[in-house]
Amino acid sequence: MENLIALLIAAPLLGAAVLLCGGRRLDAVGHWLGTFLAGASFVLGAVLFTDMLGKAADARTVTQHLFSWIPVAGFQADVTFRLDQLSMTFVLLITGVGSLIHLYSIGYMEHDERRRRFFGYLNLFLAAMLLLVLADNYLLLYVGWEGVGLASYLLIGFWQHKPSAATAAKKAFLVNRVGDMGLSIAIMLMFTTFGTFAFGPVLDSADKVGEGRLTAIGLMLLLAACGKSAQVPLQSWLGDAMEGPTPVSALIHAATMVTAGVYLIVRSGAIFNAAPDAQLVVTVVGAVTLLFGAIVGCAKDDIKKALAGSTMSQIGYMVLAAGLGPIGYVFAIMHLVTHGFFKAGLFLGAGSVMHGMNDEVDMRRYGGLRTYMPVTFVTFGLGYLAIVGFPGLSGFFSKDKIIEAAFAKGGTEGWILGGAALLGAAITAYYMTRVMIMTFFGEKRWQPDEQGNEPHPHESPGVMTIPMIVLAVGSVFAGGFFSLGDRFLHWLEPVTGHAEGNSPVSAMTVTAATLVLLVVGAGIAYVQYGRRPVPAVAPRGSLLTRVARRDLLQDDFNHVVLVRGGEHLTRSLVYVDHTLVDGVVNGTAASVGGLSGRLRRLQNGFARSYAVSMFGGAAVLVALTLLMRAV
Amino acid sequence: MSTVAVHSLWTTAVDPISKFQAPKIEYAQLSPTLIVIGAALVGVLIEAFVPRKSRYHAQVFVSVVALAAAFAAVVALASGGYGTTKAHIAAMGALAVDGPALFLQGTILLAGLFGVFTFAERRLDPAAHGNRVDSFAAQAASVPGSDSEKAAVKAGFTTTEAFPLLLFAVGGMLVFPSANDLLTLFVALEVFSLPLYLLCALARRKRLMSQEAAVKYFLLGAFASAFTLFGIALLYGYAGSVSYATIAQVVDGTVTNVDPALANTMGNDVLLLIGAAMIVMGLLFKVGAVPFHMWTPDVYQGAPTPVTGFMAAATKVAAFGALLRLLYVVLPGLRWDWRPVMWAVAIVTMLGGAIVAITQTDIKRLLAYSSIAHAGFILAGVIATTRSGVSSVLFYLAAYSFVTIGAFAVVTLVRDAGGEATHLSKWAGLGRRSPLVAAVFAVFLLAFAGIPLTSGFAGKFAVFKAAAEGGAIPLVVIGVISSAVAAFFYIRVIVLMFFSEPNPEGPTVAVPSPLTLTAIGAGVAVTLVLGVAPQYFLNLASQASVFVR
Repeated sequence: MENLIALLIAAPLLGAAVLLCGGRRLDAVGHWLGTFLAGASFVLGAVLFTDMLGKAADARTVTQHLFSWIPVAGFQADVTFRLDQLSMTFVLLITGVGSLIHLYSIGYMEHDERRRRFFGYLNLFLAAMLLLVLADNYLLLYVGWEGVGLASYLLIGFWQHKPSAATAAKKAFLVNRVGDMGLSIAIMLMFTTFGTFAFGPVLDSADKVGEGRLTAIGLMLLLAACGKSAQVPLQSWLGDAMEGPTPVSALIHAATMVTAGVYLIVRSGAIFNAAPDAQLVVTVVGAVTLLFGAIVGCAKDDIKKALAGSTMSQIGYMVLAAGLGPIGYVFAIMHLVTHGFFKAGLFLGAGSVMHGMNDEVDMRRYGGLRTYMPVTFVTFGLGYLAIVGFPGLSGFFSKDKIIEAAFAKGGTEGWILGGAALLGAAITAYYMTRVMIMTFFGEKRWQPDEQGNEPHPHESPGVMTIPMIVLAVGSVFAGGFFSLGDRFLHWLEPVTGHAEGNSPVSAMTVTAATLVLLVVGAGIAYVQYGRRPVPAVAPRGSLLTRVARRDLLQDDFNHVVLVRGGEHLTRSLVYVDHTLVDGVVNGTAASVGGLSGRLRRLQNGFARSYAVSMFGGAAVLVALTLLMRAV
Repeated sequence: MSTVAVHSLWTTAVDPISKFQAPKIEYAQLSPTLIVIGAALVGVLIEAFVPRKSRYHAQVFVSVVALAAAFAAVVALASGGYGTTKAHIAAMGALAVDGPALFLQGTILLAGLFGVFTFAERRLDPAAHGNRVDSFAAQAASVPGSDSEKAAVKAGFTTTEAFPLLLFAVGGMLVFPSANDLLTLFVALEVFSLPLYLLCALARRKRLMSQEAAVKYFLLGAFASAFTLFGIALLYGYAGSVSYATIAQVVDGTVTNVDPALANTMGNDVLLLIGAAMIVMGLLFKVGAVPFHMWTPDVYQGAPTPVTGFMAAATKVAAFGALLRLLYVVLPGLRWDWRPVMWAVAIVTMLGGAIVAITQTDIKRLLAYSSIAHAGFILAGVIATTRSGVSSVLFYLAAYSFVTIGAFAVVTLVRDAGGEATHLSKWAGLGRRSPLVAAVFAVFLLAFAGIPLTSGFAGKFAVFKAAAEGGAIPLVVIGVISSAVAAFFYIRVIVLMFFSEPNPEGPTVAVPSPLTLTAIGAGVAVTLVLGVAPQYFLNLASQASVFVR
């Protein structure tokens, strides 16, 4: 059975190769081929899943050795895949949600003449992400990691004719490179520390190594995770990445890419467990990001950017949980899965709205859409209820566990982290209610665009609504299914380990506080946007609002500190190069040339001079030989 | 004065039979040399008895067959184990048959073979009065510009003596690295030097320059030979023998029985040191090491280009072979004396060759200075005094000779009305007009410069590695710096060929016969093969790196 693991990756990879190399004759069927192969990968994943369920909990890890990749004496890199409960979870999420997004894209990209290529890239994205989660060593993981970076670059910039899309793709790629450096340094450190980078030996012997080393590795891994998962300080690419087609946003935000960082941290749990300092930094990054993303999400009028802020915030929750150690790993992944359902549903819903509104993204031009697109309204609404943590829906269970775990960290840290998580929950309720009201309730605010085309809001075709319905079902029930009888905990525990924390507040108190804050956040949003008319042009707003609209000045910061600083550094290096380095080089060359010109005159063409030179040389030779004996 | 003033030979009756023993000669093991010398004699007979119009073909045929047969004999001897397990001293102690000797003989024979191909090229020069001509003078004895020369040209004469001369030179070169006593060494030196002096004088065009080069070469060569001979005399005085093995034993102190006639001189280290230095100087002259290099640019420039190519490759191989044997077999006990001196010579040779080459404007002179710099690099390997030093030098010599013959063969192709266009300015833009020829030359230049994936890199790496392992790190540093300086003028020629505007009145590239093409093709092939997959040949050189004593 384990021989099928490679096929999981091979199916979408084949799709990418065929679609990208196949040329125009595949235009008619390319999208179906891509969707079929993604679906085939999902079916294969499901088969492997049922097979895994049939085994004992501690015997579920299987590996497949494909071939020896870089066999050098002390440096062994193999192409080996590892399928355990953790990677199985990701496989099902990636292929399941990924297949639904493929299906949806058939409708969404119907009028795009490069649709075949789009599906090729989607397949490539899936293959890279699957390689990332199935790799059995960090070097192979790095290949998938880079593949994800490449695929995201291609997809974010898919509408490359728009300069904004091309810039956004470049930005995402460059910011991710910073994280990639972290991962490569972490792998090098692992190799020098453990002599290998295979998961088994590294993670098993992690507690036998000095803590300083592990802290360094952990921080570098965190840097990598920050890049892929858009955590502070490498978060700036995520908002601009909305330039890609909406299914890409759904794929990046729900099933692939941003989840990679969380996967990396959870997978490397053994390293973080033995490096408490690194763990603390992880929780701080998670807490800061969850508030950062939430605040940005409150200020955005662009529906996709509001959702992007939300993603950043929710991933912040996961990173926070992952930083808590064994008390949080399982809940990080559980939230990741439930988030995968509802965030994909929300993005697909947003895409459906845009599809019906001539690609309008400004929520101030929406309003009252619930009657025009009922299916979108219901599925989006269920996703909304799930993400704000409405009791009984997915987000309620998974987010609540994370807040509890944050408190359970204990001490002042626990209070701060738990407080941040609670505050985040309130803000989440606020901005998601705002999105919901501005889009589906209130008055119609849409207007003709410059060409005078009045939008005619309409429901999307079945190929788009069916995935939304499926995801909505997941958004509603997944959390409850996972939590009842601690199913998910028992499933994942053999891989990640689990510990019960020591919470200073009872679970009931946390739940009650969360619900109160939910009502408060949603209530404020209702008062602000439901009770008053929404102005078609955004008001100036308070200082905080204006700063949040500028993504909390992230780009200004990067520009002033990194871009300007880099330019100054480059200029001074160029100056040194021109004056000092070139000066030395050219000076040397000139002096050698001058010497050459002078020595050349010795060659005067007279045999007698040559004979003198030989005689002198012979004399020196003899003298030197005798001298050597004398000294 | 009652002591005998007359030598005993005059007073003592010699028992005619019992005292004289016929020398025991291992003809089979000396067959490469014998074949080549025999063929040279046949060549002389051809000159004497074969009609003039058939001589060219007969000479080329005899030369090619002889060199190929000799090479086959070398291969047979090597595969018969004479390079390793069965290595021994042959011909009554006169010649060594061992790995280095066979390896270098094989290299010299291949250089000679491809040299013959370039000698025999008759499609480059425009036909004179309907007769196809090669690079050699119509009649070497006629005064340049005289009526007799014009008559010879009109009659379509060519100097087919060049082929037996080449064979004699090759014969001497085969003996040179395997010579195992000082007299054989000297005889071999003269046997290969005299034909080379003559060959240098045989250019068809620019005859005065060619003759001037020959005279300079002869005068300075004779001067150097005198040093060598004097050094041999001093060493005989020191050791009482010209045999390598005996001298080495005397140096080590294992032989103490003093010849009464030499009681005053034997064991006198001053004689040893001066004698050794003078012999080494003669050999350094042949390899073109600074400060004994000054003949090189003039002779390389004046000699007919095929001769230059052959000479630059084969002489260097033979002379370095002899130098290696002298230093490793005769004077290993003296290495603390000669190593510092050779350090100095290697340093000035590497730097001198590379630096002076920068300002050269003639392609043949440029290559001459390049060969000087290469002599310095090889010396760095010689100084290692380890087995890997020997093998690296062997490998370098093999790689270098193919590049050199190929490069000079390309030089013969680029011509204008006055013959070969050797001034660098005329090579500007060659890559635009004749991309293939320019690309091939670029490959050779890159090999000279030691760029990876060419044989030059593998060779340079091997000698520098050996030198570094032998403790000569400063030498390696200077070698690498010199390589960097040298890379400048090699690359400059490439830039000139490919990135300059072609001169509208520039030279044309002649289409050669398959003979020259073979030489150039072999050069490119060996350069790339030794560059990409050098291991087999490095192993071969390593197996062949033990001297028999």
